[in-house]
Amino acid sequence: MQHALLASVFIIASCGLAYELVAAALASYLLGDSVTQFSTIIGAYLFAMGVGSWLSRYVGGNLVRRFIQIEMLVGVLGGFAAVGLFLAFAAQMGPFRVLLYLSVLAVGTLVGLEIPLVMRILKREVAFKELVSRVLAVDYLGALAVSVLFPLLLAPYLGLMRTGLLFGLLNVGVAVWALYLFRAQLPRSRDLYLAAGASVALLAGGLAVAGQVSDTAESWLYADEVIHMESSPYQRIVVTRWRDDIRLFLNQNLQFSSRDEYRYHEALVHPGLAALPGARRILVLGGGDGFAVREILRYPQIQSVTLVDLDPAMTRLFATAPLLTQLNGNALNDSRVTVVNADAAIWLEENGEAFDFVVVDFPDPSNFALGKLYSTGFYRLLARHLAPGGRIVVQATSPYYARRSYWTIVATLEAAGFRTAPYHALVPSFGEWGYVLAGREAPGLPTAYPEGLRFLTVAGTADLFRFPADMERLPVEPNRLNEQSLVRLFEQEWHGAAR
Amino acid sequence: MRRREFLGAAGALALAACAKGTRSLPPGELQGGNFALGHRLGQGDFPAAAEIRPVEVLIVGAGIAGLSAAWRLQRAGFEDFALLELEASPGGNSRYARSPVCAHPLGAHYLPLPNPEARAVRALLADLGVLKGDPWALKPEYDEAYLCHSPQERLYRFGVWQEGLVPHLGLAAGEREQMARFFARMADFKALGDSRGRTFALPLAYARPDASTAALDRLTLFDWLKAEGFDSPSLHWYLNYACRDDYGTDYRQVSAWAGIHYFAGRTGEGGLGAGDTVLTAPEGNGWIVRRLAERLPGRLHTGLAVHGLRQEEGRVHVDAWSENEGRSLRYQARQVIWAAPLFLLPRVAPQLPPDLAAAIAPLSHAPWLVASLHLAAPPEAGAGTPLAWDNVLYDSPGLGYVVATHQQIRRAPPGPTVLTYYRPLSGEDPRLARQRLLDTPREIWAEAILSDLGRAHRDIRSLTTRLDVFRHGHAMARPLPGFLDGARRARLARGWGRVRLAHADMSGMSLFEEANYWGVRAAEQLLREAGGRLAERLA
Ligand SMILES: Cc1cc2nc3c(=O)[nH]c(=O)nc-3n(C[C@H](O)[C@H](O)[C@H](O)COP(=O)(O)OP(=O)(O)OC[C@H]3O[C@@H](n4cnc5c(N)ncnc54)[C@H](O)[C@@H]3O)c2cc1C
Repeated sequence: MQHALLASVFIIASCGLAYELVAAALASYLLGDSVTQFSTIIGAYLFAMGVGSWLSRYVGGNLVRRFIQIEMLVGVLGGFAAVGLFLAFAAQMGPFRVLLYLSVLAVGTLVGLEIPLVMRILKREVAFKELVSRVLAVDYLGALAVSVLFPLLLAPYLGLMRTGLLFGLLNVGVAVWALYLFRAQLPRSRDLYLAAGASVALLAGGLAVAGQVSDTAESWLYADEVIHMESSPYQRIVVTRWRDDIRLFLNQNLQFSSRDEYRYHEALVHPGLAALPGARRILVLGGGDGFAVREILRYPQIQSVTLVDLDPAMTRLFATAPLLTQLNGNALNDSRVTVVNADAAIWLEENGEAFDFVVVDFPDPSNFALGKLYSTGFYRLLARHLAPGGRIVVQATSPYYARRSYWTIVATLEAAGFRTAPYHALVPSFGEWGYVLAGREAPGLPTAYPEGLRFLTVAGTADLFRFPADMERLPVEPNRLNEQSLVRLFEQEWHGAAR
Repeated sequence: MRRREFLGAAGALALAACAKGTRSLPPGELQGGNFALGHRLGQGDFPAAAEIRPVEVLIVGAGIAGLSAAWRLQRAGFEDFALLELEASPGGNSRYARSPVCAHPLGAHYLPLPNPEARAVRALLADLGVLKGDPWALKPEYDEAYLCHSPQERLYRFGVWQEGLVPHLGLAAGEREQMARFFARMADFKALGDSRGRTFALPLAYARPDASTAALDRLTLFDWLKAEGFDSPSLHWYLNYACRDDYGTDYRQVSAWAGIHYFAGRTGEGGLGAGDTVLTAPEGNGWIVRRLAERLPGRLHTGLAVHGLRQEEGRVHVDAWSENEGRSLRYQARQVIWAAPLFLLPRVAPQLPPDLAAAIAPLSHAPWLVASLHLAAPPEAGAGTPLAWDNVLYDSPGLGYVVATHQQIRRAPPGPTVLTYYRPLSGEDPRLARQRLLDTPREIWAEAILSDLGRAHRDIRSLTTRLDVFRHGHAMARPLPGFLDGARRARLARGWGRVRLAHADMSGMSLFEEANYWGVRAAEQLLREAGGRLAERLA
């Protein structure tokens, strides 16, 4: 009896932690990659558990009966939490955040009730001190098991929904087991048996269809037809299509729409490169979609393009999927192009090569790790790879939505010893977007562009370098590694803009 | 929340108990100084010297003080010296370890931006290329690779990581008021001084304590707080943390003067937005040790323990035991810089004048435990501020940990890392604490450390692949009330004939600036005697 209960403590503990991790991972997956998402969910959950264990003292009556009821409730609620939340998010039903916290608080409270109840049931059997240490040791082991398995096996292979449902089943399993063990103390419990049967059926059914549900729900998210979905260790890659519009999303963030990506990429590459007729060796950091490379290859004098992108899944996709290689002109398979899958900073630290033109196309500085890639320290590192007369261009977020962030990046390049030429372009699916051209000497403007551009003209170029009043330069400090002011600014500005 | 915290400690212990103590623990080693040899030094049962080596200047001890002395001699173009070190590698309390993952500290891990009066530190940093431009500028420019990157510090309390180490979340109104009042008092102390210098300068040799501030050296910081009406528990925790961090000593024992010096002593700032941050590197202050030792090929001799020292006929005879070779060597030096802990001097030098021995006698040292945890990945992000360089847990027996890979620039989800966990054995009698430090097996320390960190990081056990425990027996001189006594410090500064003393022990505050000051000062005295005028004076 005692061992059976301890075994169930192990399962209960695993389930408790699993729900918590599923909710937190789902929240950061759906609401964006900021750490705060993860941590506030965990905070709320821990708080609710505290409430639950405090409430447990008010649970009276037949303890075993209560315990079994709670187990079934936790199993079903916790098990379906991820499915429900995901559907709610995808269908844009109601205020998602409220639902999220309600479910976290509900499951957390129920989970908080469990262990104190088990203790009270066990107390009848074992001396208390020994009991506490045993229960706690087993509880700890359970949590440990999940904390190891979750990132390694469960989340990547089962996915969040199935993981939730699986642990829900385990929870209900504990209830069924308890029903059997304590059958003598549970007269007239048809209702319990029925409820247990129903819970098992529900969860098992959920498990069976979870795959379809998540695909369907995810495709609602993207208004358009999803034509590719993939999770790499670094990000969730989704490609959608509606008529001739193909879109790429990384962790839910739109990366391009095939309708207007030419604007973004022409503006990224040509104002800098077209002014460097002698450029032979080009470096692209980030930009695994190959669009920047496509633009670079328009210049016949180019001898080599090195593309350094972290994620092999991205570069593989854009080198092999027919629809996508059509979009990027099969750029990644060009004989002049070398694809390196590495962390840009490590690659720069370990290589000595110098380049005539460097395209820096990183994700926006939304956390401290990314913020370091927009720092004086990083730009100084980059400067070591710039050939005499060379230029750098940096994608620099929106000077309209994140004006201070944009000018911080300009100030940072200047503090790192560069002369800059800031400019912007309108990309309808993003809004006003900002770039910074930089070199040891003041960058000059091109007098001719290659054939076939759809957006840039020589006559219109000067306009890109003029900022209207609402995007004009602000006095801001550069982003130094010991302050990381950019990450803080960026969070404020996009937070303000998004709501 | 309570259940989790309870779990961290109780669950871990229970788990360890059922696993018979070792099964659940990551592998690792118990490391630290050569305690057996250190102990033998006092007993003198070494064979007679097998070889005699003449040298002009001999430096004993390659800690920061000894290395700084050698640096100053070389800077003046003086090369006829040798440096002897008992351990297999230099650095003393600023030693570091290499590892395939990342170099990491085994002791001192940061250097605050030096005050204007810390001229020797500034000149050293300029020489190493980390301070750029004019070293005497009010706010010099520093290489940002060494300025601690943001986020620098965070504190775990109430289940949340708050930014910075001064508690500011969940304070009662009274506590807030006391915090503000305390820091205002410290600002006043910081500003004290006259035309000759500040009252709380650093290095201590430049400090000008007047009668009223000198009185602060007659009571403990704890008593001063009580007398001043400070009773906020959060403030008390923080100040005790500060004293344990800087002096390895509980605030119930630290001289109030030293405790206040922690806040009032530092005025160093950097230009270009560096503010008053600290300098650090993956190996802590070990990067300075490494760079200085690289310049000493053929001069730095490790694995040589000085066990006898006599002055005779214009020479100093220094006997050193080589454990590797199993024999003793005799160095015959014209001048000696004693840069090893002072308490050893009376043991190896029977001729030592009694008044000097009496000036050394009051020193006592705090033992420290430093653990290196190799992690497969950084711990899961908890609530609040993300992983910082220095991560401290409220109400912990330890002082938290620093992250060796913090200064790296990386875009990828971070891979393996090394955490260095600090714990001074403060608050108990240092001799008993030292015995406990030496007698306790690694498993017990590892268990205690993992359950301490487990309060904030549930995944710490599963992530830790290796846990090494490093022990410093005599780590930091303890600045107890009375440590400031001017006559005593003056006696130490006079040295002993041809033997000059240079060690952080000289000022009773174990800080980089102090060790560096005394090393550079001893070297400058020597140079002045040998060659007359000095081109520059740094100490
Ligand atoms: C865990 C820890 C953390 C610290 N953190 C910081 C920090 O972050 N910042 C800071 O400023 N300070 C810190 N300190 C203080 C540190 O002690 C000083 O910064 C500095 O390293 C002291 O240097 P030293 O040369 O005076 O003494 P030591 O480091 O004690 O050097 C003395 C040397 O002499 C050698 N020696 C001893 N006996 C003999 C013998 N008989 N023969 C030959 N050689 C001998 C020793 O092995 C040692 O290498 C820390 C100390 C510890 C223990």
